Amino acid sequence: MAVLKDATAVVGIGQTSFAKQLPESERALACRAILAALDDAGISPDEVDALASYTMEETDEVEVAKALGLGDLTYFSKVGFGGGGSCATVAHLATAIATGQATVGVAWRSRKRGSGPRPWKNTTVQLPTPAQWTRPYGLLRPADEIAMLARRHMHEYGTTRDHLFNVALACRNRANQNPAAIMYDRPLTREMYMNSRWISEPLCLYDNCLETDGALACVLVSAERARDCRRPPVYVHSAAQGLPAQHHGMVNYWNDDPLTGPAWTAARHLWKHADFTPDDVDVAQIYDAFTALVPLSLEGYGFCGRGEGGAYTEGGALEIGGRLPLNTSGGGLSEAYVHGFNLITEGVRQLRGTSTAQVPGAATCLVTAGEGVPTSALLLRS
Amino acid sequence: MLIPVVDDDGAPFWEYAARGELRVQGCADCGELRFPPRPCCPHCRSFASEWRRVSGRGRVWSYVLPHPPLLPDYAEQAPYNVVLVELADAPRIRLVGNLVSEAGAGLDSVPVERIRIGARVQVVFTATALPQWVLERP
Repeated sequence: MAVLKDATAVVGIGQTSFAKQLPESERALACRAILAALDDAGISPDEVDALASYTMEETDEVEVAKALGLGDLTYFSKVGFGGGGSCATVAHLATAIATGQATVGVAWRSRKRGSGPRPWKNTTVQLPTPAQWTRPYGLLRPADEIAMLARRHMHEYGTTRDHLFNVALACRNRANQNPAAIMYDRPLTREMYMNSRWISEPLCLYDNCLETDGALACVLVSAERARDCRRPPVYVHSAAQGLPAQHHGMVNYWNDDPLTGPAWTAARHLWKHADFTPDDVDVAQIYDAFTALVPLSLEGYGFCGRGEGGAYTEGGALEIGGRLPLNTSGGGLSEAYVHGFNLITEGVRQLRGTSTAQVPGAATCLVTAGEGVPTSALLLRS
Repeated sequence: MLIPVVDDDGAPFWEYAARGELRVQGCADCGELRFPPRPCCPHCRSFASEWRRVSGRGRVWSYVLPHPPLLPDYAEQAPYNVVLVELADAPRIRLVGNLVSEAGAGLDSVPVERIRIGARVQVVFTATALPQWVLERP
């Protein structure tokens, strides 16, 4: 049986600038990010034979392939569930390359979420299930759906707003070191956080990610080929998707334990195939559409016990020099929100040693996709 | 205000609600309750189902207070509450709803300081057959 462990490597990353509004189309941004990633790898576009993206990606494979002059594609894949699919795009390419279905894969996400519409404002395409059980009551936005879990976590385990602030602050501090980050020149203080307006109590403005225009991409090849590429290879050590039994998506209110989400399922599979443990992770890029997802993910991926995710953030744990430096480019909260793809590229930079907030000697990185929806995760190593 | 976009599996819930009855789908073979409604029982894989009346009593499991930006009809009432109610008869079934002062009252009709996790609530129905919740001890 072909194995995934260290069989493939990320050899190229690319991105556009990030802004509230970029003039170019999503299609043009996708093309620019992909070309940048291929150039970073030193691989010609006509060698690409595999693509992977999100089902929510609106630039399809045909458009990308014909605009960029890609070769004959023998593998293409799209993963559902919004930000839950980010790491799975890389995982699908790794699987395809490790099993001989393709040789050069590109994963990407291009999105004009900054200047485009907010998805929750669309009342005509709401899915009948589960929206019929939630939206008429004014549970309208992802922020509302996750705030419901956050309030319960606070009630059961004593998680506080200060814990959520610790998450927001760590991301902002890293963004303040990253010139590409939207919040590069905007420091955050506890006073600003505590006095900001509510979005969905108990979540305030700074508990919510940015709304960004931008695109990112990465290039995957076999470990053997990676040795000949322009940059040091970053190996896909382990990869997993997770859709738990009796899970209900973002409104996971109808099973035994709504606070045990898809992260737990993905984590079991991820660690089962890894040579190292959570204690050995040097730096983490954890999906942060909302601060409250980070404590839930810390628990799910085994960095602490059930209910301890809030307390884990204390004492600068998530800062550089802390026990788990978090979202070192600023994450979705403070660099850019492009469905978590910037967490993948930052994981690669950390293991190349080229992050703007470099963790000294980082050799292992966990990257996660959105918790609270069917999710995915990667363990990367240098 | 948004009205439920009903699917085949959910339709009976809303038909019973229009009669003032809170009913939950259960398996006609193994008896397990399930929510949201679906065509097949995840426990025994039977396609036979029935709709069981529940007492309409429950407890608040969690709640949120949405603030703008929101859809216009909701923004007008913001901040309002959205509660998640754990049914007394079936604790793993939790219904999203609103805590109101009386049937048909606004989503902001209960003072925020009256809302707490664990509060006992009772179902009521609006004129448009939407279940809402009132405090057992207002």
